Amino acid sequence: MTDLQGSGRKAATERTLLVRAGLRRRHLNEQIFRILGIVAICAALGFVALLFADVLRKGIPAFHQATLHLDVTYDPALLGVDPAPVRAADQSDADFNDVTLKWQRDVAMLNWNKVIDAAMQAVTPAGLEIDSRQLLTIPETNARHVVREAFVADPSLLGQTVRFDLLASANVDNWVKGNIDRDLGDAQQQLSAPARAMIDALEANGAITQDFAWGLFTNVDSRAAPASAGLAGAFMGSLYMMLVVIVLAVPIGVASAIYLEEFAPKSRLTDLIEVNINNLAAVPSIVFGLLGAAVFINFFHLPRSAPLVGGLVLTLMTLPTIIIATRAALQGVSPALRQAALGLGASRTQMVFHHVLPVTFPSILTATIIGVAQALGETAPLLLIGMNAFVAAVPGSVVDQATALPVQIFLWQGNENRNFFEARTSAAIMVLLALMIMLNAVAIFLRTRLERRV
Amino acid sequence: MNSLIIAGLLLVLLGLAYQTGWATSRRLATPQGVKVHSRPQYHAALVAIWTLAPALLILGIWAWLGADITRAYIVAQIPADILTSLDQAGLNATLQRIGALASGYGVAGDILPFEQTAADSLRGFQFITFLAIVAAAAGLGILALLYARSRISPRLRARNNVEIVISVLLMLCSAVAILTTLGILLSLLSEAIRFFGFISPVDFFFGTVWNPKFSSTTAGDYGSYGLLPLLTGTLWVAAIASLVAVPIGLMTAIYLSQYAPRKVRAVIKPVIEILAGIPTIVYGFFALVTVGPFLKGAGAMVGLDISATSALTAGLVMGIMIIPFISSLSDDILNQVPLAMRDGSYGLGATQSETIRHVLLPAALPGIVGAFLLAVSRAIGETMIVVLAAGNSPVLRGTPLEPISTITVSIVNQLTGDTDFAGPQSLVAFALGLTLFVMTLLLNIVALYIVRRFREQYE
Repeated sequence: MTDLQGSGRKAATERTLLVRAGLRRRHLNEQIFRILGIVAICAALGFVALLFADVLRKGIPAFHQATLHLDVTYDPALLGVDPAPVRAADQSDADFNDVTLKWQRDVAMLNWNKVIDAAMQAVTPAGLEIDSRQLLTIPETNARHVVREAFVADPSLLGQTVRFDLLASANVDNWVKGNIDRDLGDAQQQLSAPARAMIDALEANGAITQDFAWGLFTNVDSRAAPASAGLAGAFMGSLYMMLVVIVLAVPIGVASAIYLEEFAPKSRLTDLIEVNINNLAAVPSIVFGLLGAAVFINFFHLPRSAPLVGGLVLTLMTLPTIIIATRAALQGVSPALRQAALGLGASRTQMVFHHVLPVTFPSILTATIIGVAQALGETAPLLLIGMNAFVAAVPGSVVDQATALPVQIFLWQGNENRNFFEARTSAAIMVLLALMIMLNAVAIFLRTRLERRV
Repeated sequence: MNSLIIAGLLLVLLGLAYQTGWATSRRLATPQGVKVHSRPQYHAALVAIWTLAPALLILGIWAWLGADITRAYIVAQIPADILTSLDQAGLNATLQRIGALASGYGVAGDILPFEQTAADSLRGFQFITFLAIVAAAAGLGILALLYARSRISPRLRARNNVEIVISVLLMLCSAVAILTTLGILLSLLSEAIRFFGFISPVDFFFGTVWNPKFSSTTAGDYGSYGLLPLLTGTLWVAAIASLVAVPIGLMTAIYLSQYAPRKVRAVIKPVIEILAGIPTIVYGFFALVTVGPFLKGAGAMVGLDISATSALTAGLVMGIMIIPFISSLSDDILNQVPLAMRDGSYGLGATQSETIRHVLLPAALPGIVGAFLLAVSRAIGETMIVVLAAGNSPVLRGTPLEPISTITVSIVNQLTGDTDFAGPQSLVAFALGLTLFVMTLLLNIVALYIVRRFREQYE
């Protein structure tokens, strides 16, 4: 009896021990699993942080750019240009126009580099041996255009000295920012030794400073003068494309969602359209580019590189997003609202347009903004319809040649002057991301604001 | 200028028609109690539709045929002897010069007498046709307006008519989606068939060498267009991306849906979804300038020769990009598993992680597989990351550490900068696009089917 009790108790303690051990193991597993989850979340959040930190770290320096403050003298002896023609009393309009044009042509033909050269010579520190060619590597190549345009705009400057804030060349910018290893030998340096010494001297006396790079926002893309390359053209191109997307995708998308959700009879065809829209939403964006190249450009002969074609392609790409979101919003409207409207004698159309649609307005707006933000960042289809062409102008309409912000990023990252353009590209990415974040913030703000009111 | 006049005309017509319809309708309703079927705005809208439709029709026909008619007119103005001496390009150039002269823009070089006369008569022709078109549009519009007004009566079912027009318009809009799919299919198929006229499908689908040659340098020799190197490159990238995204995405979804407090979830979920909203060109740049060099350095430290642009670089970054796809979809799916199953498991004494591993995950597996397939299809069709970071080296490789090329990269390389789709060099982009389209379509159909089955199972 006692024996049996003893063995029973022993078995019980053994089992308790076993269970305890098992529990310990199971709780350990529980901990490990939970930690794995936290690790995964930290990894995902870490990637977000890393990406933004990387872009910011690379991009922020590009918002300041080496700028050369130079006193330029419009020396009549050096320029050898006549004063601007003054209108004689008996001169006709056409004659005066002719003379003025001829004078402007003469001015344009002058070698303005001589003026820049003279100005640079004047600030060369005593004892530094540097030739003109080396001097001219310091200001950006568009400096002569800046100086010339100021003169054409105001011919009375002849003989005067004007202080210009000229962009320094990309190589100077790299040197000043320390992007280039200063200890490298002459053969590996873009700038000659005297030019480097000169830059250091100019920086020491304040003639070269790092100023805010307004040109990044106000200039168009440039290959001859990389330091002056800016985003203005790409920004306008993107803006035109987004206008096309908003004008086309929103009405068409909302209309087809209304039709499918409210009017379409439950038939094979409706099912087909539904499946079709779901699949379109998942078609790779580059396939839309192929569609654009084959249909809009090759078949309809719309202009290549035009925001119109880009906008059309992005419209087709955005449509499924807007349709799906609008349908979801329509489905969410309470049936009581519909029944009340119908019960008071409204027709189906009146019920939809007067009662259901206004309630879904915030959701549709949000979906639209998110769709537009998505379209704003799309690159691949635009490459196939020629929007990666080099365009050094701000497009004036939707059929002019243009490029877009993401495509500009693509073009800049491929530039040979990696040292300079890596920062420039990151800055462009910051501008693009800022626009997208702004759009999304507006979407969230509008949604919370409008939904509260309903 | 012209388009402004036309827009103005349409606006005036619209306003006139709406106002007339409104006024006529208001006159119907008398204090004597005549019952009018529709409210005034429906009468007005109906009259407006009646008025604008014919005007728009005329303008549409002119937009469609106008350019051809004008061209035929100019050709008729050129003297016969000059016309016969011009080839196609010369004729186009002459037509352009005449058009420029007529517009008053002027041309470079000397103006030939026949060009001047043609331009003068063209100017007259353009003026007269423009007047005629505007007059026809306005006239027809007014006639239609009068007719529509005469139809307004208390018994006219204006609202129903307007609603029919609206529903037809809505239907047309939803047809755009179908047209898009049709357009994609037709353009891909027709150009791909033209491509297969140059290169046999067997060589394309089973070829192991990708080496297209430039059309200008080698007449007759098109080079080889084997899909397999591109396909393996695509699969390498997609596989690496899944290896990165599935564990991280799935564990994130599990933690957020099962463990995380509501507040933490509300913050972390949107932050992770930021990853899905970042443009792919940004990922590409990140991969090219940061991840690639980092991997190369890390490889050198452990004695591995990793290329800075490789399948590994592109796949890793693409994996980061698709984390939110996997985590959001899995999150939804885990939340759809009935609570009773979870509570039953807890009731039997299972820990939380045991419940998740032995009850929730098996139950949610089909849905998670569906999410995975959707993410893979996204990875296969992704372009910019691989264009920048995969190295563009279309060679069959057995290792992901070296540069590769993918289907999407080759589409971009073959089509960028080409306008005429004459040779296989650019047409191959459409064959590749078709392959890509079919692959992603199949993946999507299977994935959506699985997800739908899964939902039905628990509804």
